[in-house]
Amino acid sequence: MSGAATPAPLAQALGVVKRFGAITALDGVDITILPGEMTGLVGPDGAGKTTLIRILAGLVDPDGGEAQVLGAIATQARRERLGYMPQRFGLYEDLSVIENLNLYADLRELPQGEREATFGRLLDFTDLARFRTRLAGQLSGGMKQKLGLACALVSKPDVLLLDEPGVGVDPVSRHELWDMVRALSGEGVGVLWSTAYLDEAERCDRVYLLSEGRLLHAGPPADLMDRMAGRVVQIGVPASQRRERMRALRASGAVMDAVRHGESLRLLLRAPVAEVGGELGLSADDAIAPRFEDGFIDALGGADLAESALAAQYRAIPENDAPAIEARGLTKRYGAFTAASDIRFAVPRGTIFGLLGPNGAGKSTTFKMLCGLITATQGTGSVAGHDLRRAKADARQSLGYMAQKFSLYGDLSVRQNLAFFAGIYGLSGGAARAAIDHVTQIFHLAPFLDMNAGTLPLGFRQRLSLACAVMHQPPVLFLDEPTSGVDPLVRREFWNHITALVDRGVTVLVTTHFMDEAEYCDRIALIYRSRQIATGTPDELRAAAGGPDGPPAASMEEAFAALIRAADAEREEEAA
Amino acid sequence: MSLPARRLRAMLVKETWQILRDPSTILIAFVLPVILILIFGYALNLDTGRTRIGISQQDGGEAAVSLAGAFRQSPWFDVVATGDVPHLKDQLVAGTIRGIVAIPQDFSRQATRGGGAIEVITDGSQPNNAAFVASYAEGVRQNWAAARSARPAAAPPLDLTLRYWFNPGSISRYFLVPGAIAIVMTMIGSLLTALVLAREWERGTMEAIMATPLGMGELLVSKVVPYYVLGLGAMVTCTVVSLVLFGVPFRGTVLALLAISSCYLFCALGQGLMISALSRSQYVASQIALLAAFLPSLLLSGFIYEISSAPVWVQWVTRIVPARYLIPSLQTVFLAGDDWGLFLPDMGMMLLFGAVFFGITLAKTKRRVA
Repeated sequence: MSGAATPAPLAQALGVVKRFGAITALDGVDITILPGEMTGLVGPDGAGKTTLIRILAGLVDPDGGEAQVLGAIATQARRERLGYMPQRFGLYEDLSVIENLNLYADLRELPQGEREATFGRLLDFTDLARFRTRLAGQLSGGMKQKLGLACALVSKPDVLLLDEPGVGVDPVSRHELWDMVRALSGEGVGVLWSTAYLDEAERCDRVYLLSEGRLLHAGPPADLMDRMAGRVVQIGVPASQRRERMRALRASGAVMDAVRHGESLRLLLRAPVAEVGGELGLSADDAIAPRFEDGFIDALGGADLAESALAAQYRAIPENDAPAIEARGLTKRYGAFTAASDIRFAVPRGTIFGLLGPNGAGKSTTFKMLCGLITATQGTGSVAGHDLRRAKADARQSLGYMAQKFSLYGDLSVRQNLAFFAGIYGLSGGAARAAIDHVTQIFHLAPFLDMNAGTLPLGFRQRLSLACAVMHQPPVLFLDEPTSGVDPLVRREFWNHITALVDRGVTVLVTTHFMDEAEYCDRIALIYRSRQIATGTPDELRAAAGGPDGPPAASMEEAFAALIRAADAEREEEAA
Repeated sequence: MSLPARRLRAMLVKETWQILRDPSTILIAFVLPVILILIFGYALNLDTGRTRIGISQQDGGEAAVSLAGAFRQSPWFDVVATGDVPHLKDQLVAGTIRGIVAIPQDFSRQATRGGGAIEVITDGSQPNNAAFVASYAEGVRQNWAAARSARPAAAPPLDLTLRYWFNPGSISRYFLVPGAIAIVMTMIGSLLTALVLAREWERGTMEAIMATPLGMGELLVSKVVPYYVLGLGAMVTCTVVSLVLFGVPFRGTVLALLAISSCYLFCALGQGLMISALSRSQYVASQIALLAAFLPSLLLSGFIYEISSAPVWVQWVTRIVPARYLIPSLQTVFLAGDDWGLFLPDMGMMLLFGAVFFGITLAKTKRRVA
């Protein structure tokens, strides 16, 4: 982007509006995709990313405004010059890798003579050459993603629209995918990369931050980060003083966001630390590099730092030296396929234990074995002292479970859902009414009580799920991807509740694919290809990833990528 | 090769691979038809055959013995039990016999005077059987009486003979099997086609191919051709099985059979595509296909229930069931031979329905996902 003249945009949305019934999915959005640039489209689930991409791909008509692609109205654009990878890749699972490529080569009008060379290059590029004849349905998530990309690229497009290509893929594959697309933009392709991962946004040339159908930011990510300069600090706080310190920080009006980061606290201030740090005992030396998420939170007006009302009214869970959750060699096999292999950990009362890993690694399987929802092929475990083999029902009664997907009754009202879950957890009469009133107030559900749960905004659906899981005040909480897809403010609110509950003695087992959320956990197990490849505190894992001599990994994401590479290398050695 | 032709060929190749690799498609197209034909051929039998009865012969006279003999020789009855009425009643209740014919004590005496009534006891909870046994038992008695009175005299002046043309044995499988072919083609044309398009929506592949230069017309053709071939294949399978296994006559020409089947497949495929254009979920599509295509073809097409014996308003409803125009032609081509005077109007109706279905499909299929 040197040179004074801005090149002509390859694709553009001008004041695009799209409504679905009463919901406004896009409310006057402008976006420009320039050749040779990585354009990021960032936002939580339901922000309108997919709708905008579909409008640019000519698959949805906008209600207002205009979308132009390659100099024409989007619906009439020359499709052979447009590459589009939908969220579900668009692969035919019952066709092989090469058959999928052949199909898209014909559909995208790749001349016959160029086919061999192009396929060779793409298979090389995606490292799929070994799997030419494998059915697409039998590829791993990361490989499907790469094949989907190859199909979108088969006749080299001028514009490439990618709808959440990084979702559900392990960090290593995600990096590889990014590098491939980056290389394409280097060749002059205009790329639109949509994502819910804010760290990906930082690396784009130009970012559009979308929230509830509106643009919060448009421009180079550095513009947003510059506003954050000097406003993010990290301070080491011993665990014993953490609560006291957090309380003091909350009381101060200068703090917009405060989160735990391993053994430290990470703060976002309303103004540079040099101006407001004095009263909090912070110095300019504590300042660290801001992240895109800090800018997002700033644009949204700052996080709610009030103390968790949920924890304030939660019963105190009595002290107990025995582990609250224990997995002893849990293994689950489906025929020849091992979904989880020899998973072992013990979680002391009043701590957070995180299971991290890409989709399909075995996190949810481990989770369901511990909940007693599926029976382990080998090994056993216990929850709140109840052995899964002997007292499955007691174990289940002592835990609150928030499932990965919204698992409430969408066609019952919020009130009916709450009453139902109070009932199945054994609350009745006055106790049930009190519990329902209580969670209604805490999670701000009062305006929605008579609305059907299925029509709630995503953030409130997640709040309702959590409300149903904690109504009976269980000593153990199982949260399967509780913050998946919600915006950073809702994520903060959830973690605020979770960490405060832990202070009351509640034990939490949580899964997440947001690596930065791992920092909230006391201990973490990394699950990759059904095996537990590393276990420890976040700081320990970062150190382990750096190797015995090197410096610790800078982020959980990097640590995870390094540990996966090490595990892959070990696997190959074993195989050799 | 031109670009559209290349795209179309690519889609056809893809569709063919998918059909060959999907066990459920093969199941519906080739295994199910054979099972259906076997069911209609062996299990579902509308013929009366011989009905098991019991005879309570309370009179030892010559006439009573002769009448009991007439029942034993009747092609309609199989006398499996004799004895007193209370004893036979137990068997009737147990279901081992369907009716009791009681020949009363003074039957022979009455018969010599030109009278003689018998008593027939049947199970009223099975009204069809009951009516059958009652009327045929009376028939046997009347024939027997007529034969006795006619014995010394000359032959009666009028001889009434019932003769069934085209299906002389009145064997129901001969007209059920062509009907089964209609059912099979409905399943492949409407149900399978509706499912495969809905599947493309559900799996997100529709979105991906819509973003390529592929035209919507090319997409529809790529769905129609393979399933047309599959439907014809299933029809041939059915025909061969019914000719070989059941000896169903085939008096028409292959050309007529192909022409009639093709017209119906055009219509059924159009209906399937229309269903999937209106519904993008496999679940909903299969429900609609069952209710709108499969059940009417089974119940309102004249396949099992004669249209002419239905209430008038139902007869009008059957006019919008495409299979109604197929079944008479199919039965004719199998049992009677080519009759283009009958075929052509029916084929015209099927093509007309097909054109309407395709018209709606084209109007509803847009290159849009929402």
